[in-house]
Amino acid sequence: MSGINQASSHIAKTTKLFIKGEFPRTESGRSFPVKVHGGEQVFAHICQASRKDLRNAVEAAKAAQPGWAGRTAYNRAQILYRMAEMAEGKRHELVEGLKTLMGLSEDKADQEVQQGIDSLVYYAGFADKYSQVMASVNPVAGPFHNFTTPDAVGVVGLLYDRDFSLAHFFSTIAAVVCAGNSVVVVFDQPGAALLSEMGEIFKTSDLPAGVINLLSGHLDELYSFLGEHMEVHSILYTGNDSQRLGELKEMAIENMKRVVPWTFDNCDLEPIVSFTESKTVWHPVGI
Amino acid sequence: MLSKNKDSKKKKKKNKQGKSKDAKVKKTEASRKPFQFDYDESLESTDVVNIKEKNQLFINGRFVDPAEGKYFPTLNPGTGDVLAEVAEASGKDVDRAVQAARKAYENVWSKMSGQERGRYIFRIARLLQERAREFAVLETLDNGKPIKESRDNDIPLVAAHFFYNAGWADKLDFAFPGKKLKPLGVAAQIIPWNFPLLMAAWKIAPALATGNTVVLKPAETTSLSALLLAEVIQESGLPEGVVNIITGAGATGSHLVNHADVNKVAFTGSTAVGKMIAKATAKSNKKLTLELGGKSAHIIYEDAAIDQAVEGVVNGIFFNQGHVCCAGSRLLVEESIAPLVIEKLKDRMSKIRVGNPLDKNTDIGAINSHRELEKIKGFVRDAKQEGWEFYEAAATEPPSQGFYHKPCFFNDVASSATIFRKEVFGPVLTVSTFRTPAEAIAKANDTPYGLAAGVWSEKASKIQKTALGLKAGVIWANTYNKFDPSSPFGGYFESGWGREGGRHGLYPYVEVN
Repeated sequence: MSGINQASSHIAKTTKLFIKGEFPRTESGRSFPVKVHGGEQVFAHICQASRKDLRNAVEAAKAAQPGWAGRTAYNRAQILYRMAEMAEGKRHELVEGLKTLMGLSEDKADQEVQQGIDSLVYYAGFADKYSQVMASVNPVAGPFHNFTTPDAVGVVGLLYDRDFSLAHFFSTIAAVVCAGNSVVVVFDQPGAALLSEMGEIFKTSDLPAGVINLLSGHLDELYSFLGEHMEVHSILYTGNDSQRLGELKEMAIENMKRVVPWTFDNCDLEPIVSFTESKTVWHPVGI
Repeated sequence: MLSKNKDSKKKKKKNKQGKSKDAKVKKTEASRKPFQFDYDESLESTDVVNIKEKNQLFINGRFVDPAEGKYFPTLNPGTGDVLAEVAEASGKDVDRAVQAARKAYENVWSKMSGQERGRYIFRIARLLQERAREFAVLETLDNGKPIKESRDNDIPLVAAHFFYNAGWADKLDFAFPGKKLKPLGVAAQIIPWNFPLLMAAWKIAPALATGNTVVLKPAETTSLSALLLAEVIQESGLPEGVVNIITGAGATGSHLVNHADVNKVAFTGSTAVGKMIAKATAKSNKKLTLELGGKSAHIIYEDAAIDQAVEGVVNGIFFNQGHVCCAGSRLLVEESIAPLVIEKLKDRMSKIRVGNPLDKNTDIGAINSHRELEKIKGFVRDAKQEGWEFYEAAATEPPSQGFYHKPCFFNDVASSATIFRKEVFGPVLTVSTFRTPAEAIAKANDTPYGLAAGVWSEKASKIQKTALGLKAGVIWANTYNKFDPSSPFGGYFESGWGREGGRHGLYPYVEVN
């Protein structure tokens, strides 16, 4: 697992970024220390992503998105379920990480991981159903077949600006990719020290490279680069800093990004709906 | 009344001019075509409307003078004459209107059952149908659109929108299964001048059905039909303050958007103004929906029914003088059929009648204002200067007075051209070609907008594939510019946020719990 372990001979994993299905170091060569919960001991020096890393991630997300949205809903469902399977295999590593980094008890840490896995399964099950719930065949007053279906918004920038919770983190990402979006996640310590474990889950789930990209870094430094990026179509903001939310909304105006404050307590349909556009198609009947 | 008399005088004058020109045409063509049937003017009577000289604000169920006593003129774009004067709402008036809406929301409307709310909305729909002709003529006088469109499209759809949404009022539990919907409160709604009353209906009807109260501001050049709607609302017995209609220009709109006691802002109009509103509300909790501009592509594949497709293109760009946010302003034709399509398009355009909006034969009426006309002319001038091949035609010469622009297109336009990228909002089309479906889709999507698109092919699987690839909120396949209250409307990207119409159109007006 990740982290410096001075006491034993086991080999600690270096935590890097997750971009385009690969694990590069930040191009900037910068890092910042993440400490063991409640102590002074350094757990790991993790990457401090730069603006350039963020751009690379957005580029990867943009390239991957149409292919991901073009997969059949059944296939997206299976891949989300596969993520749950892979997370299950990493349960021990994740639990240990949460204990060390966040000071959770064994039970609490296990519960967190369980909830995270459950949310992956939840959205796996929704991937081939949300369009049935949201779509409609509209009874227009004329000889036309008219139907409305949900379509992915595109590239979503996820600014994870709140205390880290693995369960919550998984559910935000799962909701976004469930609907065929790709995502660039920017998050801070201490959760960021688990970036490699999470990246490995996504990497081994048959998820196309670039659909999920994870960047550890300083939110204060990166949020405006994400908020202003012209290839990002939507911003998901998980924090409750209304000042920052307002700023993100202002930055969004240039290319009319959809800014979604995460206000959802549970796994639900609305988080999926928030990252879709409705497309309505008309076709004449009998003409 | 005064304005009506003026109007009829003008018409007589124009008649004379028109006839002398027609006579000339007849002479030259007589040798070729022995049987030439001319159109006689067929004017819709304006007797049915009674325009007040001064039009007040509608606040708290009553027509009241604006606090600062200011009025501004509204013109008949068909003649350029002043039709009437309209009150300019100041910050004080906006505040009065929002307060009335708040009071009505707290005391009456939010407490009323859905069934009861629905009753009022149904009643408004019926009253609109009863007075449909009056509304149509008024709309044409104030907006400049052809009477055949206001009569057969705008006003019937207005009534349909109220009728459709009325039925939702007591069925909101079915809108999003398993969820409880709550109204937001006071909705501030700002609408454009291209479909004045229809946009009022799109805004007011779902807001009322979901239990919100409304302050609506029509565009400054087209306030009259919204004020006649206020009369209908008064007649319907809708509790006072549930709908308030205040008139004015940008300053009034700004007061309304920035009012602290507004919970929801809904705007239809230009992307530039939409962005200003987004900025104004960014640091508030106001829920915002925007229906903005577009530069919609119209794709014709070589296997299309070409005559129908050309008809669709003409309807797509010249409907309502091209003042349509979803106008099919970029024609993309498969290279192999481009010469044929252009020939047919030219022929069809030569039969388009530009003229008096009140004439039932008119296809393209008046541009809504002098300012808009200048803007369109500017785009055309610039595109000519950029060197794009220009073509314009019409069956008639536009009247000498009033604001008119002939239908036209620029041929063989590159994707980098200004005229290909900017929204003109007038009867100006660009024509470009493509070779493969992938190229057609890429060109269609090559815009910051994403409101609508058209696709013509007789091959169903090609249509489906193209529709999947197009990034647009509304896709018309083998048709164009069709609207219905049950059909969601709205765009991707810089074309705005949210949908209007259908079940999806309720969402912007509710909190989901």
